[in-house]
Amino acid sequence: MSLIEGRTGSWEVIIGLEVHAQVVSKAKLFSGAATAFGAEPNTQVSTIDAAFPGMLPVINRVCVEQAVRTGLGLKAEINLVSVFDRKNYFYADLPAGYQISQYTRPVVGKGEIILDMADGSTRTVGITRLHLEQDAGKSLHDQHAEYTYVDLNRAGIALMEIVSEPDLRTAEEAGAYLKKLRSILRYLGTCDGNMEEGSMRCDCNVSVRKPGAPLGTRCEIKNVNSIRYVMQAIEHEARRQIEIIEDGGKIDQETRLFDANKGITRPMRSKEHAHDYRYFPDPDLLPLVLEKGWVDGIRKGLPELPDAKKARFESELGLSAYNAGVLVAEKESADLYERVLAAVAKAAPGQPKGKLAVDVANLVMGDYFAALNASGKPIADFQVTPAMLAELLALQYDNTISGRLAKDVFAAMVETGKSPAALVEERGLKQVTDTGAIDASIDAVLRGNADKVAEYRSGKDKLFGFFVGQVMKATQGKANPALVNERLKQKLAG
Amino acid sequence: MTALTDLTIAEARAGLRKKEFSARDLAEAHIAAVEETHSLNAYLVETPERALEMAKRSDEKLARGQGGALEGMPLAIKDLFCTEGIQTTAGSRILGGFKPPYESTVTAKLWAAGAVMLGKVNMDEFAMGSSNTTSAYGAVENPWRRRGDNRPLVPGGSSGGSAAAVAARAALAATGTDTGGSIRQPASFAGIVGIKPTYGRCSRWGIVAFASSLDQAGPMTRSVRDAAIMLGTMAGHDPKDSTSAPLPVPDFEAALTGDVRGMKIGIPREYRVDGMAAEIEQLWQQGIAWLKAAGAEPVDISLKMTKYALPAYYIIAPAEASSNLARYDGVRFGLRVPGESLDEMYEATRAAGFGAEVKRRILIGTYVLSAGYYDAYYLKAQKLRALIARDFAEAFKTVDAILAPTAPSAAFAIGENSDDPIAMYLNDVFTVPVNLAGLPGISVPAGLSGEGLPLGLQVIGRAFDEATVLKVGDVIERSAGFTHKPQFMAGGRA
Repeated sequence: MSLIEGRTGSWEVIIGLEVHAQVVSKAKLFSGAATAFGAEPNTQVSTIDAAFPGMLPVINRVCVEQAVRTGLGLKAEINLVSVFDRKNYFYADLPAGYQISQYTRPVVGKGEIILDMADGSTRTVGITRLHLEQDAGKSLHDQHAEYTYVDLNRAGIALMEIVSEPDLRTAEEAGAYLKKLRSILRYLGTCDGNMEEGSMRCDCNVSVRKPGAPLGTRCEIKNVNSIRYVMQAIEHEARRQIEIIEDGGKIDQETRLFDANKGITRPMRSKEHAHDYRYFPDPDLLPLVLEKGWVDGIRKGLPELPDAKKARFESELGLSAYNAGVLVAEKESADLYERVLAAVAKAAPGQPKGKLAVDVANLVMGDYFAALNASGKPIADFQVTPAMLAELLALQYDNTISGRLAKDVFAAMVETGKSPAALVEERGLKQVTDTGAIDASIDAVLRGNADKVAEYRSGKDKLFGFFVGQVMKATQGKANPALVNERLKQKLAG
Repeated sequence: MTALTDLTIAEARAGLRKKEFSARDLAEAHIAAVEETHSLNAYLVETPERALEMAKRSDEKLARGQGGALEGMPLAIKDLFCTEGIQTTAGSRILGGFKPPYESTVTAKLWAAGAVMLGKVNMDEFAMGSSNTTSAYGAVENPWRRRGDNRPLVPGGSSGGSAAAVAARAALAATGTDTGGSIRQPASFAGIVGIKPTYGRCSRWGIVAFASSLDQAGPMTRSVRDAAIMLGTMAGHDPKDSTSAPLPVPDFEAALTGDVRGMKIGIPREYRVDGMAAEIEQLWQQGIAWLKAAGAEPVDISLKMTKYALPAYYIIAPAEASSNLARYDGVRFGLRVPGESLDEMYEATRAAGFGAEVKRRILIGTYVLSAGYYDAYYLKAQKLRALIARDFAEAFKTVDAILAPTAPSAAFAIGENSDDPIAMYLNDVFTVPVNLAGLPGISVPAGLSGEGLPLGLQVIGRAFDEATVLKVGDVIERSAGFTHKPQFMAGGRA
């Protein structure tokens, strides 16, 4: 059990997360208006989204399908009958004066997520529910000295609110939960998980207690928009609560905001959350009734999800749990890995499958990830493509280049975006496998270092590396290292 | 020849076909009639140019032997229907000057069938009222007067402008909406026919919402046949309204066979309420006798939850209204009264924009949905609603239709009942249960009160069995031979 030490002893932190994930869909939840990010303000607004008189919502089937797909991906119960409710409150960016949401009967019930912790352990976190709801518009307070401007492009966009059980105990677990959830959503294609654009936002419920004691009073930290901030906010909030209790105070149940600049949470102004939402079933919408066959069809069409993919990478490809975990964490890297593996298996059919799997993993997780991270680009935009990676490995397998040269070629690929074959050709990096040429180089090196040869022959084995280095240097690294080793050993012995 | 304004739709249709007159003649006669009846305050917006233009197109179509079911028929449109580019206020100051950029589905269907628009007619604010005295644009006068008494009477409500216009021959027919009796009660008060179709029969798209689970559009006409003709055009599935029924629309006119032999007509004993005028009871007995004479069999039935209908209605309707009317906030359309802050703007706008009755219902609705009261009020009311619907369902196992009075009294004077909202709400005692159960109901003028005012009888049917409702209504109309005319109407006194 992870605990935080306070002045009066150890404290347990209880965390539950509510994630708002924007559904990937071309149209909004109840209107046909478009959902693209970054459009000019108020250009993607229908009279339904703007709540004009007499306008009525009609549920978007695609959004329901995405919610069900997500539910299935979270191994959750799908409720064949669910109900849309109105959550009533006044705000300028909420045109109807109510948000259509699901209160008592959500479309998805209990499920679970398996967290992969840094130490290789796993932890299962319960999902309480997932429901569909509309997003509100956006209030822009910084456009005018006296007025707030309202952009309704976002109003009516479909969100999935995914609520976890209070099963998380540390900021690290909360981070792992969000990463895993985001990964699953991306694998499913139901949310792009882009927290910077606001397509995934998180509310954190945090309380503390002495181990074994009843649950403490919780505070909700609203609308945190990055995984790092979520972890910081929880860390700070737990410390804050412990300090208050240890000073003899009491925690007020309240809604707080995370101030990313100061790294602290602060209470929202009371007016910002003093709502009685007056939920009631939306009379404009009939209960949402799903057919079991339709749900089963979605289930059949689910892609392989990270947990299953990880298990397969381990059992079928022989990857270590760690490597498999890293590769499947993001759909894009898992896809890249599999594409490189498929391409290289085709190009080098003679290589054992297990070796290919490990070599590709090493290349992807080593040089490739390092260069990718340095570039700051997403995989899709990175100049080094899966085909290029496969070619690079194939050039090694057919002895065109050595492993050492491969590193140089890779660096050149990153720099120029050219294919490895082209670079090898262009720069004359082709490996020397001509024994005559290698022998000539070895002979020259041995001649020039007669003293070292004598030392070696008198038992100083360690000098072998020196001779290899000299030969490689003499051949500008192009000599096949295996051949160099073999010939050098013979000649030194001779 | 009968004045063009005194024709029924069926007669006008025949006249146009026989080329006895043109659509233009009809339009011009009605435009003059609208002028002539200004003192009733029935019309809020008059659209004579549009009427003439539409009539011109109708004449062209008729000349080519084409034309829809309502080709050339001049209609008044309740101001609750959004009409593209034409002011739509719902009788409220808060929507003053609002010109919707869209046309309601029902009016679009009417225009597509060739109907001609005379203008928008007055109503109780947001359809909340039974007397048309809550309109921000002044009360509407009933064209009828008590015998020997010239005090202006209410036309009923909320579709009071529609009822007055049709009764005063200032429109061949009108659209109405009925949430708790707002078509049937004014029809009864004004001596015309009004049918509230089954919930889901007519699209609510583009109709300013009062209580979404109860609102339903319907025709107000001077004959049952006209109601059948008009409903045939107004009805039909609309994918833009999730609560619209995906059912075909039968030929309602074909149901008017006059043959009710063998039909069982339920007479609900709970509809004999305390304080109901003896003449209402007499009229009801007369109705029973007519149907019996026509070969139907009256059956005593019990709708034992009837007494809970009004209380349940006055919880559910305000609850929905409090949420539906939240969008009138001064932010995007309609009235805005500036304030120092967003909240102040809301308060100032809504204080100035809504009338007393609307405010009362918003307050009631907000209260019954509030935390701590929801179960005691809203939830209980919904349970009662289900029981009321069950009463009807039970009754319809043995009867084909139900006969009852439309309202417990004839039209009252403007100002009467105005300081006692409960007395006002009692007007709806016979109509509200039908809305709660979502059933079709028609009011047919059946006789005069002792003071010479029209009284209606109501026929209630099974869900989506408007055909039977119209058939029985037609037999009552034939039996009653109601030819009385209001004291004040276009074309002079009767």
